Amino acid sequence: MEVQSPLVEIEHVNKSYRRGSRLIPVLVDINLTLKEGEFLALMGPSGSGKSTLLNLIAALDQVDSGTIRVGGIDITTLSERELARWRALHVGFVFQFYNLIPVLTAFENVELPLLLTGLSRKERREHVKLALRVVNLESRADHYPAQLSGGEQQRVAIARAMVTDPTLLVADEPTGDLDKVAAREILDLMERLNQESNKTIIMVTHDPRAAERARTIRRLEKGYLNDVPDQDPR
Amino acid sequence: MFLIKILVRNAFRHKLRTFLTILGITVAILAFGLLRTFIQAWYGGVEASSATRLITRSSISLIFPLPLSYREKIRQIDDVLIVSWGTWFGGIYIDEKNFFANFAVDAKSYLDLYPEYLLSAEERKDFLRDRKAAVVGRKLAKRFGWKLGDLITLRGTIFPGNYEFVLRGIYRGRDETVDETQFFFHWDYLNESLKRIAPSLADQTGWYMIGITRPDRATEVARKIDQAFRNSIAETLTETEKAFQLSFLSMSETILTAIELVSFVVIVIIVAVVANTMSMAYRERIGEYAVFKTLGYRGWQIGGMILGESITLTSIGCGFGIALTYPIASIAARALSQYFPVFRVPHEAISMDIVASLVVGLLAALVPIYRAVTIRIADGLRRIG
Repeated sequence: MEVQSPLVEIEHVNKSYRRGSRLIPVLVDINLTLKEGEFLALMGPSGSGKSTLLNLIAALDQVDSGTIRVGGIDITTLSERELARWRALHVGFVFQFYNLIPVLTAFENVELPLLLTGLSRKERREHVKLALRVVNLESRADHYPAQLSGGEQQRVAIARAMVTDPTLLVADEPTGDLDKVAAREILDLMERLNQESNKTIIMVTHDPRAAERARTIRRLEKGYLNDVPDQDPR
Repeated sequence: MFLIKILVRNAFRHKLRTFLTILGITVAILAFGLLRTFIQAWYGGVEASSATRLITRSSISLIFPLPLSYREKIRQIDDVLIVSWGTWFGGIYIDEKNFFANFAVDAKSYLDLYPEYLLSAEERKDFLRDRKAAVVGRKLAKRFGWKLGDLITLRGTIFPGNYEFVLRGIYRGRDETVDETQFFFHWDYLNESLKRIAPSLADQTGWYMIGITRPDRATEVARKIDQAFRNSIAETLTETEKAFQLSFLSMSETILTAIELVSFVVIVIIVAVVANTMSMAYRERIGEYAVFKTLGYRGWQIGGMILGESITLTSIGCGFGIALTYPIASIAARALSQYFPVFRVPHEAISMDIVASLVVGLLAALVPIYRAVTIRIADGLRRIG
C-alpha cells in the first residue's frame, strides 16, 4: 500500500496581532497535517482565526513562531521575493468577494497569474480557455466582472486560481456572498476539482452545508484548533 | 503590453475624475508654456543681439546724449570696423496708444551694421537718397496699413515739433528673432531740424553702435573706447550689445523673477492635483493591489502600474497643453505685438513642458507606490468587502 506523504505540515504555529500596546493571540500552537488530494473545511466562529490560518498557509502573512511546510518547502523561511514566486507557482486563492480586477475581462482576469510564468501568448490562451471551460464560462470570456452574476464571478475567480495548476487551492468563504443556487454550483465545482483532478483544497467557511462537501472538517475556537478531525462527513 | 492595457484602463476608470485631472494638467501646462514664452519674449532683444557689436552710451545714463564728435575718435581705435549712431526719437503716431519704437539713425552705417534688417536694393537706395525717408518693419507696416510712399507724421515728445516722413522701405527680419516693429529714419533729418528749432540739442546722439572685427576683441575695444573719453565732458560706458539689452531687462528683473516663480508654482499646484487623484485611486484599489500580490506580483510591478497610470494622465494633459500653447501663443502674439515684437513658443518651453509632466507624474505617484509596495497582503485584503 502506497504511503501518501503530507502536502501541508503545520507545526506549533503561533500568530498574534498588536492592538495598541496589547498583543492579541489569534492562533495558538496550531498543528495540522494535510495530505495531497485532501479537501479540508476550516470552521469556527468569527474571530476564531480561520482566515488568519488560511493566509499563513497561502503565505499571505507571516507566523510569529512555528513552521509551515508545503510540498516539503518551509515557507516561513522564504524571503518576500521567494514567497511571491512561490505563491505564483503553488497557490490558487479564491476570495469571498471574488476580487476580480474590474477593468479586465473574464479571460484577462484568468490570464493574470500566467503572465508571471514563461508561457507564450498562445500557450496562455490555451490554458485560459481550458480553465474557463472547466468552470463552464467559455462563452463569457469577453465579459467584464460587472457584466457577470456573483456566481459567475466566483467561477472566474476559481478559474484564475487553478489556471496555473497550483499545488494548493485555498478558499476563504467562497460561497459567503452567493445565493443558494450559485453557492451549490461553486461547491459542486470545488468538489469536482478535488475528486476528478485530485486538487488539494483548504476552505474556510461558516456554512455547515458548504463544510459538508469537504472530506475533513476542523474547527477553530479562540485560536485553538480542535484535536479530533471530523472525518468525511458525507 | 498587458501592463499598458491595465494602466490605461485604470486611468480612465473614473471618467469625470480623469477628465478633470487631465483638464487641470492641460491648463497648467498651457499656463507654464505661455509664461515661459512670455519670459522668452522679454529676452527677445538679447537673443537677437550680435557678439560683434558694441554700444557706447553716456556713463551716467542713457538719457544723456554724447557729442557727435566722438565718432571719429572711436573709428580710430583698433578692431573697430563700423561706427553708427542713433537717438531714441520717442515720436507719437496720431495717438499715444499707437506706441512703437522709433529711432533716428545714421542710415548708411546702420544698415551696414545691421544686416539682419532685409531691404530690397531698390528700397535701400530710395531710403538712402531721401533725407525724409523712413524704414519700418513688416509687422509695424501691417499694423497701420502703411505702404511704400505713404506720408507718416510723428509728433515729437523729446524733440519739439511734428516730423513728416515718407515710407521708403519695409524691412523683414533675417530670422524670426529679429524685431519687425521698428521705425527708423535719418539722423541728419532730425539734426537739421534741431539746428533750427533747438540748437542746444543738435550734433548730439543717444548712443553709438560699433561693429568690431571679432567677438573676442569686444572687452578690449570697449575698454579702449571708454579710456579715450575718460575725464571728458561726457564719459562713456561701452558694452556688448547683449549686455546693453540685458541692462534694460535688469530694470524689470523682479517682475521676470516673479513670473518665473509663478510658472513653477503652477507645476507645484498640478503635482498636488495629480497626487490627489493618484491617492484616491490608490485608496480605491488597495484591495486589488493585495490581490495582485496574492497572485505573485511583486511590489515593483504594482509600483509600475501606479507610475504608468500617473504618467499616462500627465502625458495626455501635457499633449493637450502643448497642442493648445501654439494657437493661444499666436493669438497672444497678435494682441501683444506692440510690446513683444517676437513672441513665439520656444523649443525649450516645450521641452520643459514634457520634463515637467514626467516629473509631476513621478512625484504624484511616489506616495501611492510606497504604500502599495509596503502594504501587507493580509491588510490589503481586509479592506475589501
